[in-house]
Amino acid sequence: MLSLLIWLPILGGAAVLWTGRDSADRARWSALAVAGLTLILGLVLWFGFETGVAGMQFVERAAWIESFGIEYYLGVDGISMPLVVLTAFSTLLVVIAAWEVVRYKPAQYLAAFLIMEGIMIGVFSALDALLFYVFFEAMLIPMFLIIGIWGGPNRIYATLKFFLYTFLGSVMMLVALIYLRGQAGSFAIEDFYGLGLPFASQVLIFLAFLAAFAVKVPMFPVHTWLPDAHVEAPTGGSVILAAITLKIGGYGFLRFSLPIAPEASMALDWLLIGLSLIAVVYIGLVAMVQQDLKKLIAYSSIAHMGFVTLAFFLIFRIVAGEGTRDGALLALEGGLVQMISHGFVSAAMFLCVGVLYDRMHTRRIADYGGVANRMPVFAGLFVFFAMANAGLPGTSGFVGEFMVILASFQAGFWYAAIAGLTLILGAAYSLWMIKRVVYGQVKNTQVDELRDINGRERLLLGSLVGVVLFFGVYPAPLINVMAPSLEALLGIVMPAL
Amino acid sequence: MNFEMPQFAMAAPEIWLGVMLCVVLIADLFDRSQQSRLAFFLTQVTLLGAIGLALSTHWGVDRAITFNGMYVSDSLAAVLKVTVAGLSMVTLGYSRDYLRQRDLLKGEFYLLALIANLGMFVMASASSLLVLYVGLEMLSLSLYAMVAFDRDSRIGAEAAMKYFVLGALSSGMMLYGMSMIYGASGSLLIDTIATQAAAGDNLLLMAFGMTFALVGVAFKFGAAPFHMWLPDVYQGAPTSATAFLGTAPKIAALALFLRLLVDGLGDLHDQWQAMAVLLAVGSLAVGNLFALVQTNFKRMLAYSTISHIGFLFLGLIAGTPEGYSAALFYAISYGIMASGAFGMIILLSRRGFEAEMIDDMRGLNDRHSGFALVMLLLMFSMTGIPGTVGFYAKWLVLQSLIDTGMVWLAVVAVLFAVIGAFYYLRVLKAVYFDRLESPVPLEAPAGQRVIVALNGGVILLLGLFPDRLIEICRIALGL
Repeated sequence: MLSLLIWLPILGGAAVLWTGRDSADRARWSALAVAGLTLILGLVLWFGFETGVAGMQFVERAAWIESFGIEYYLGVDGISMPLVVLTAFSTLLVVIAAWEVVRYKPAQYLAAFLIMEGIMIGVFSALDALLFYVFFEAMLIPMFLIIGIWGGPNRIYATLKFFLYTFLGSVMMLVALIYLRGQAGSFAIEDFYGLGLPFASQVLIFLAFLAAFAVKVPMFPVHTWLPDAHVEAPTGGSVILAAITLKIGGYGFLRFSLPIAPEASMALDWLLIGLSLIAVVYIGLVAMVQQDLKKLIAYSSIAHMGFVTLAFFLIFRIVAGEGTRDGALLALEGGLVQMISHGFVSAAMFLCVGVLYDRMHTRRIADYGGVANRMPVFAGLFVFFAMANAGLPGTSGFVGEFMVILASFQAGFWYAAIAGLTLILGAAYSLWMIKRVVYGQVKNTQVDELRDINGRERLLLGSLVGVVLFFGVYPAPLINVMAPSLEALLGIVMPAL
Repeated sequence: MNFEMPQFAMAAPEIWLGVMLCVVLIADLFDRSQQSRLAFFLTQVTLLGAIGLALSTHWGVDRAITFNGMYVSDSLAAVLKVTVAGLSMVTLGYSRDYLRQRDLLKGEFYLLALIANLGMFVMASASSLLVLYVGLEMLSLSLYAMVAFDRDSRIGAEAAMKYFVLGALSSGMMLYGMSMIYGASGSLLIDTIATQAAAGDNLLLMAFGMTFALVGVAFKFGAAPFHMWLPDVYQGAPTSATAFLGTAPKIAALALFLRLLVDGLGDLHDQWQAMAVLLAVGSLAVGNLFALVQTNFKRMLAYSTISHIGFLFLGLIAGTPEGYSAALFYAISYGIMASGAFGMIILLSRRGFEAEMIDDMRGLNDRHSGFALVMLLLMFSMTGIPGTVGFYAKWLVLQSLIDTGMVWLAVVAVLFAVIGAFYYLRVLKAVYFDRLESPVPLEAPAGQRVIVALNGGVILLLGLFPDRLIEICRIALGL
């Protein structure tokens, strides 16, 4: 089942490449079919997923590289399940968003995204470390091409920077994984847990993982590739980058760093917490002064992801403070909910910018103004998503942030106070941006000629509104799925509790 | 010494090659097509036959020695020979149109390739210093001639001259080293040398000889600091000769290393390990850093070869059978990648136009998206990105290093791999991101299209299912 979810889009992507050589329309429809089918499969998986079970489900095991005992070992638990569905959902959005917008080699564009989708689902469901690494790295190939071929004017610089940053981070992880195999005797991730490694090597392993995942998340100070990549990437590329690839960094912390090197995580949590708080506050301020729409959203993504890593590494302080296991669990849940929610919201924000860009071919905030007068429907949706980005209650953005802030009070007042700044800063840059772009007088003739969104765009943004509202009002299904697995994780990280 | 009748059947691949190259030599005289079609097909058939014979005589049999201890037949020989002949077939297949367009299509080219193959086969099965040397010279002399094959080309003549002078120097070094080893052990037979080395007799003299032998091997590999000839020769030689020279002989160089320094002087591992570390790190540094600034694609590939050799040496440094099998895997996958890369240059070249600058790759995606895809696979494979065979090559080497506790060396290696990524990506930038005003669709003969597709397919297939090849490389090293 999981194999199908991985290989259907990859092979489907190859098929799109083949069928769409001459006819763009055929490429679009076949890509839509593949992406749609994958999402349906993903939903089948979601509803077939047994909540209340901590372990892996839908497990598949087969020998892959026998001489080294490496297996083709797949499975999902409550941590990865929502991310898999998120991936399938976002890819479908990207395919629809590209419909008539992408004119240069649409078959290659769509195929790249479909292949990317399969690889990313592979990342979330791989339970063998080498298999994980294979998917983790292979992800670079389609993204490199997506930014480089369909990106903006400065795309080559951006895509090289993206590739080299992430490659540098991940090769360090490869060394750590090979070392861990030497200790554990196999590449299965579960065998890496509870090895009781000496503290010194735990620290090195932790730093190697940090190199890989911090770049992906991205954390301050290795975040600089993200604004470049986002600004230059085509709309679809930005959506996938923001909605999913960033989440892979957070996922990596949960799957690798915390359980494999718990003592090092605990000893170095000051580093992660410090960097996360810098991301929340400093990057939030940086976002406020951006002149470029996409850059603003990119920085806001970094700030939001900083919030996620803050939640993940605050658990030690929560427990050390007055807190209990429940507090730590709340933080982890909040972080993960925030990741999922940010996946939807940031995708929506980038799609909104894409809608504007397709019409005006500029991303400068100063070029806009008074959009609401000509595009009332769009304006309403855009404002809604900006509110969600700022964490307005009733939207999914609020749930995660609230849970994390609630939990962080148990770690200490000041953690909560600084983390709480994210709500203020988020509201500040989101709303100020909205004021300048959407409201006010019609600024120039270009804005004057804008036409409101068409049915395709309504469908895209409307479906996102539905999801964001649903999880904002009723997050229980999401939390129920993830809670047992996170609790088990907590048991590995802090067995003493 | 008692005379015993050698078991000729064991040397069937060499005997077949020797006979067939005479046949090709004569048959070509009677071929009036001016295109040496007969010689081409006979050569390919010969190589195919050699693969079959090597498999049937060497693969899966117990190690056996004949010709008075001078010839060894084992699975390692089978793997080396099959790879050498297979890569030769591919590169010769690529070369045909290139040679025809430049009026270089003569039977002698194939003849030289066959002689070189014979030399490499002999090296793969050598169990005596002299046999090893004879095989090496047979290979080297034909390569000198192939580099100079375009006799009107000044740059080609210069390259051949440089190659010859430096090659002769390195052969001299190696011969000197061999004579010292002979002096220390009293035998030319590698097995006897191995027992002497294990006993630790005359260790100093042996190590002295070993140093010179290692220098010779490093020359043949093109490992820094003995790499000076490589970029000039790669650039100057006709691309079809470069393609041949850059692939199969690297496997032969590995054979030289494995037979001489592992089979023979494996017990001196402590002595040669430190030198090999210098060679490896030096090659990684020189190869990757110099490749960054190249604008000529052939020259860039030359430096990238040096860096790959550095990685390959890292596998040898580990000094374990796992490490050697990793190096073997690396050499094979490198051969596949390099033949594809040179094949692409040949494909893009036209009569009177050498597509050897990176800029000549511009807009390839618009000109022919299939070739662009193969180029993508090749470059990512050389970078070492999963999904391609190049990743497993690097991973196996790192695995053997870390298993033997040399984590710091692994970290150095991956850092250089990141630096290396940049220049491969630069090629892809030209292929995919640069757009031409008016792209000219690229036409290629059907035969070449098939080979290119196969080449790319193999890289992808081994990138998804590397298990069999890893297993083969492990069996070859007795694991």
